Amino acid sequence: MIQTHNLRKSYGTTPALRGINLQVQPGELFGLIGPDGAGKTTLIRILATLLLADEGSAQLDHKDVVADYRAIRRSIGYMPGRFSLYQDLTVEENLTFFATIFGTTIEENYELIRDIYVQLEPFKDRRAGKLSGGMKQKLALCCALIHKPTVLLLDEPTTGVDPVSRQEFWEMLQRLKAKNITILVSTPYMDEASLCDRVALMQDGAILQVDEPDSIVNSYDKPLLAVKTANIYQLIQDLRQFEPAHTVFPFGEYVHLSLKSVVWPELIHGYLLDKGHTDIEIRQAAPTIEDIFMEKSQV
Amino acid sequence: MNHAITANNLTKRFGDFTAVDAISFEVDKGEIFGFLGANGAGKTTAMRMLTGLSRPTEGEAMVAGYDVYREPEQIKRRIGYMSQKFSLYEDLKVRENIRFYGGIYGLPRKQVRQEADRLIEELGMSEFANSLVSGIPLGWRQKLAFSIAILHRPAIVFLDEPTGGVDPVTRRQFWEMIYKTANEGTTVFVTTHYMDEAEYCNRVSIMVEGRIAALDTPQAMKASFGVETMNEVFLRLTRPGGVKHIGT
Repeated sequence: MIQTHNLRKSYGTTPALRGINLQVQPGELFGLIGPDGAGKTTLIRILATLLLADEGSAQLDHKDVVADYRAIRRSIGYMPGRFSLYQDLTVEENLTFFATIFGTTIEENYELIRDIYVQLEPFKDRRAGKLSGGMKQKLALCCALIHKPTVLLLDEPTTGVDPVSRQEFWEMLQRLKAKNITILVSTPYMDEASLCDRVALMQDGAILQVDEPDSIVNSYDKPLLAVKTANIYQLIQDLRQFEPAHTVFPFGEYVHLSLKSVVWPELIHGYLLDKGHTDIEIRQAAPTIEDIFMEKSQV
Repeated sequence: MNHAITANNLTKRFGDFTAVDAISFEVDKGEIFGFLGANGAGKTTAMRMLTGLSRPTEGEAMVAGYDVYREPEQIKRRIGYMSQKFSLYEDLKVRENIRFYGGIYGLPRKQVRQEADRLIEELGMSEFANSLVSGIPLGWRQKLAFSIAILHRPAIVFLDEPTGGVDPVTRRQFWEMIYKTANEGTTVFVTTHYMDEAEYCNRVSIMVEGRIAALDTPQAMKASFGVETMNEVFLRLTRPGGVKHIGT
């Protein structure tokens, strides 16, 4: 459904995309996962026909983003990272406006947005600028869907959104996917990777890895331990001095310690005792997407 | 006085809307205190009252030993503040930003120069020292912003979503800076949407609809709900129906 070949784009002398090759299958919920500056927005804007690549090509549904941009604009729904609806139009007016532009009506495609719109309906006469963050996001999604697109391009829809609203948003995406819409969604929250069919990990304009989230996590190939003591700050410093340590990163209440090779936990325990640590806890850790991302982005 | 912050029935109303509804809590000196809540729960309003920017409607609060009604200017002098959205002047160079804030906080010129050298050295930012802030990567910018927010050795530093959008490695380097600062005695008051970061805090409060719905150590909160992660605690408190969870 979406294909790119060696996409490159620079802003002045700063490269934003360094040769992106990507294939998204029809009906797939595909995540672009990476921090700010990874190139996610640039890639999405090129696919949305809003930005020209310096090199390479891209097709959506076999249509070229440059030659066939008009046809693509009719068949995609795009939600930019920054809220860009009309702040001084009401909820209903915004939706009607976008429906009209695409030559349709709210009624015609109501089925597609019903689940989301029912939550907005109590506020349909409120100006968009006066909505809460979560509501704005829902309205933007409705407006992106009102012409029944085959592909949805969502640029960081959950950034700065609290965990509950994020959860609800992903549930909405799952329901849209069930209606056979192909979804490309970007996010800086690594934990959201597990909610996608496949993800591309991005950093500095390049793709580090593309795969199913489980396969990515399973590709972690170093022994990984979760370690905790009474003084986490000191623990991090001491583990960094521990010769067999490969990387040392805080992870919630534990510190993830990856090792160059297998080391008996007793040895680590003894080392930490010598350093004066108390309440020592050491156990096997299951790697997360963040462990993978940090491993790949550091090499 | 062992508390950096005490709030007692602190309340803020806008017309007939109660944004912050009689919250009471204490933050110890040198503590890393996580201030969590859903969007619109009242975190920002509460933070604005505690930083002396917004006058409470009711209740009391002491911050760094000063009263939020009578001594907001004393408070402002003794706190540092940094947010994801605004922290540095993009059209000033790295060194100029340090000098500017040093001047604002009233540090002597010579000390500002020394601090600037020390900071740039410690952060490993020599190559950027004379670059405009707009041109340096976000992660570096946030680490610099934090260092500047504690340049005047404040009693308390308020951090409003300091790590949004930052890559996972830098996010952790950032938290190591927070640990170090707290270890040196500065109280850290921090909001975040990353629930793993909630676990880096000594104690965490979770706001729901203007009230503090829970306040405890992350370990105790997880234990009381019988769950493995702070994300689950957060979802249980703010959305009692229960749902399948991100990251599991």
